[in-house]
Amino acid sequence: MPKRLRSIALAAALLTVSCGGTPAPPSTSSSGTQKNVGQVEFVSSQGTPANEGQKMNNQVLTGFNGHADFISGPTAAQDVDKITAEQKAGKGTIDVVALQHGDFTTLGASDALMDLTPLLQQLEKDRQFPKALVDYGKLGTQKQYYIPWLQATYMMAINKKALQYLPKGADVNNLTYDQVIAWGQSIQKATGERMFGLPASPGTQASLIHRFLQGYAYPSYTGTEVTGFKSADAVQMWQMLKRLWAVTNPQSTTFSQLQDPLQSGDVLFGWDHQARLKDALEKLPDQFITVPAPRGPKGLGYMSVVVGLAIPKTAPNVEGAKALIDYLTKSQQQISAGATIGFFPVVEGVKLTGSAVPPYLNAEAGVAAKYAASKNAVVALLPVGLGGKSDQFTLAYQDTFTRIILRNEDIQTVLNDEASKLQALLTAANASCWPPDPSSQGPCQIK
Amino acid sequence: MSDQIAATPRVGRRATRGGPRAWLRPLVPYLLVAPSAVFLAFFLFWPAVKAFLIAFQTAGGAFTFANLQAMVHDTDFGLSVRNTFVLLAIIIPLEFAIALAMAVLAQSRLRGRGFFLYVWSFPLAISDLAAGLVWFSIFTSHGYLNSALQDAHIIGRPIGFLDYTNVPGLIVAVVAAETWRSISLVMVVIMSGIQAIPSELGEAASILGASAWRRFTKVTLPLLKPTLQVGLMLRTTTAFQVFAVVLALTGSGLPVLATKTATWAHGARNYQMAAAYAVLLLLLSSLVTIAYLTLLRTPREVFQR
Amino acid sequence: MTTAVATRTATAARGRRRVEPGRLLLYGCAILVTLFMLTPVYLIALAALSPAQAIFDYPHPLIPTGISLDNIQFFLTFQGIVPALVRSLIVGGLTVVLSLLLGCPAGYALARYWFRGKDLLQLMLVNVRAIPMVIIAVPLLVTFIELNLDDSVISVALVHAAITLPLTILISASVFVRVPAELEEAAMSLGAGRLGAVLRVVLPNSVPGLATAALFAFVTSWNEVFVAVILTLRNTTLPAALVQQLQESPVGFRFAGGLCLTIPAFVFIFFMRPYLFNAFGVGGR
Repeated sequence: MPKRLRSIALAAALLTVSCGGTPAPPSTSSSGTQKNVGQVEFVSSQGTPANEGQKMNNQVLTGFNGHADFISGPTAAQDVDKITAEQKAGKGTIDVVALQHGDFTTLGASDALMDLTPLLQQLEKDRQFPKALVDYGKLGTQKQYYIPWLQATYMMAINKKALQYLPKGADVNNLTYDQVIAWGQSIQKATGERMFGLPASPGTQASLIHRFLQGYAYPSYTGTEVTGFKSADAVQMWQMLKRLWAVTNPQSTTFSQLQDPLQSGDVLFGWDHQARLKDALEKLPDQFITVPAPRGPKGLGYMSVVVGLAIPKTAPNVEGAKALIDYLTKSQQQISAGATIGFFPVVEGVKLTGSAVPPYLNAEAGVAAKYAASKNAVVALLPVGLGGKSDQFTLAYQDTFTRIILRNEDIQTVLNDEASKLQALLTAANASCWPPDPSSQGPCQIK
Repeated sequence: MSDQIAATPRVGRRATRGGPRAWLRPLVPYLLVAPSAVFLAFFLFWPAVKAFLIAFQTAGGAFTFANLQAMVHDTDFGLSVRNTFVLLAIIIPLEFAIALAMAVLAQSRLRGRGFFLYVWSFPLAISDLAAGLVWFSIFTSHGYLNSALQDAHIIGRPIGFLDYTNVPGLIVAVVAAETWRSISLVMVVIMSGIQAIPSELGEAASILGASAWRRFTKVTLPLLKPTLQVGLMLRTTTAFQVFAVVLALTGSGLPVLATKTATWAHGARNYQMAAAYAVLLLLLSSLVTIAYLTLLRTPREVFQR
Repeated sequence: MTTAVATRTATAARGRRRVEPGRLLLYGCAILVTLFMLTPVYLIALAALSPAQAIFDYPHPLIPTGISLDNIQFFLTFQGIVPALVRSLIVGGLTVVLSLLLGCPAGYALARYWFRGKDLLQLMLVNVRAIPMVIIAVPLLVTFIELNLDDSVISVALVHAAITLPLTILISASVFVRVPAELEEAAMSLGAGRLGAVLRVVLPNSVPGLATAALFAFVTSWNEVFVAVILTLRNTTLPAALVQQLQESPVGFRFAGGLCLTIPAFVFIFFMRPYLFNAFGVGGR
């Protein structure tokens, strides 16, 4: 599918979350009429908070025609380690694994996962997955390594106490980065505190700074995700970020999520993954509002991320694994799982309605709809085609942030240095450019 | 401790039956050590050697120094080396000084000694995850320490102990948390050494008119050297690995070698680079250990019985 | 002689008059240290027992304003907690047994013999802790899968035993050194073989010290989380079951989990405390 159409499709995928369009697929059939598929070991990097894991087991998975153990103890990196070890040993225990797209790339590169093309074809008989998300699941190959399960995006959460400092004429639903900086400055002038928040904790697995750069800051200022990495527009963006950092809580380097700092009052407004704002929005619904991320000179850059379901090649209960994936992509489970971990459904036609859907998720869905409907949106796709080099690609963005913002190195020097590392990775993986960058013949070239 | 052990005469010179199994005698210590050695080799050393060797390989398996070169030019490399050593240089002496004081306190016949010692061993029960969690809640800007200071009107606004720009604050926080977390082990090691010092020596010194302080510095400390040597070696090797507390308290604010290792292994999934850092850590650990062995070598004469 | 006695009496007399301020200083120091040790533990308990949103009050009250058992209750009824706790105990027990069984002979060798490679052995023992678990995690897991031992308490116990072995060896060596060699020789001259002498003379006199080694092995195993998570899936230990929950859950849960994790260890140390510090000596104080 042509790359430009792909980004439109992605936006459409996000739109269907709240509006719906095609008729809804059938919901769960009763477990009594289906064969019991036995024990399924379901490992997930999502749903790690204690209450979420509990709900997954007690509410979402109870109707399954088998027994699924929902295991969210290990980190995503440890999940990848386990499956890698199982692949090396030739046998394993894990049946289904749910990871974010970025965590699957290593397993795809080492071909540790089953090709789920037949399963997908079977599922698509009665439900539709957005093409863009299905393409993500191929990890740049012809094989369907994972089936999309849930999706999410990033946004800003604002404590209503901060609204009094909003610069005149600024529309909180349509802010520019400069307005956000001005806002932060007026808060600082009034209270003496730096109250913007960014989850800048380092990249063992918590860090989201690379997504902020790839999906929000770079597209909004350069219109690209990677090709404009060291352009003049990029330098302008980094200068803006330095001004933004000057009004950001300096303890942000310890934040892996903003829900705690928002509740403790360390931060009055900030940018984060929608699921990591969840606790604050749920506990204090009248205190916070959610709005889209800011826009830059080139438009409103935003990125969606997807969590997928995959079956390792060493899975002992393949039939049960497939049944579980089938179960989790039915409309009722899409809603309940999404509501449990704070993500949106992926299956088209599944509407976020009903008492099962908490108000905060509806509010977040409203923000997602704003992204999709925005006229100057710059849709950034997740990096594709880098295979096993994806994580190092990520690290280069994090290192750039560390060096420019935290260690105050010269912007252009750092950009040139890190750009050469990125280029080496792109060339070695033979990865062509992906939206929002214009497509390329051969490896993507940073200008 | 090693020299103390070495000086003990070999048991059984006079008592063995001799003859038929005399050839076995020199092998006995090796046979005794063998189970442990094999066990450690199989479960730890052999996997470790294989993992460390990756530092010298490309992804394809060819031999190279490229990873080590890349490591030296890595972001925050110099900073993480410096931070690791700074933390070590502060934590180790501080811990040993406090643990010595604690051990001496425990030796003096205080009432409630049992209670004190029980409480002083509490940190043993606490995993480094929980320790990171609670010390973060103490030092964070809306945390317990700032609450107490503000309640006592010592400060008007919270102090940013964990602000990444506040390097002294970060170091104080990490030192406090790490010292608290691991001091019980050091205290037990030192107490074991102190208890082994024959009390007659201290009494003889006091009869000769030595004050408590002189008894401590001239009698206790020198006899404690072997214990201190082992304790220092143990504590330093684990201190090089300081990770969970630093991550919890500072995030990316205070990079250290162990967090760089973890970032390369689990973040970038580049095990060659992670192994390079691990090799560096092992090298530094070994160098410091050998330094302890040389500098704290006790002359054998001290222990001739 | 008279002068010496006179000096000693005079010193003692001076000492007696100085007892009060000296003792007070000692007590003061002891109490300061105790406060330093206790405060974090107290804070964990305080936060775990607070009502939900009180955790975010600032300034934090240092005295509980209200006690709520909600967080604790949630964690105690959390799925899989009790089985995981039992598994932690089993792993801890196995670790202690393995560590002692393997470590005592090696400690005895270090205590009683001089042999080539002894220094190298000690160097290697100390540097076991310099191996970062993160880079040997995958090879270890592959080994255990091939042995059909993955996802079992045995695999975790084996690796924990390896991790705790160095300290066990060093502690047992120092314990055996304290048992005078003459006692063994006496036993052997009375007709006991070497092994009998060890079993009947050395070991009984070493029990307190070996109990200390057992204590360290147990708490190390109890708190160890990285290896436990990597090697297990369903049959996991308590900290491994909670490791992500402890980092990602709302703050109140995190403290409740932290508290629940440490209470069993506190209890264990309480029962072991005579051995903790009276250890290490046959003739010590």
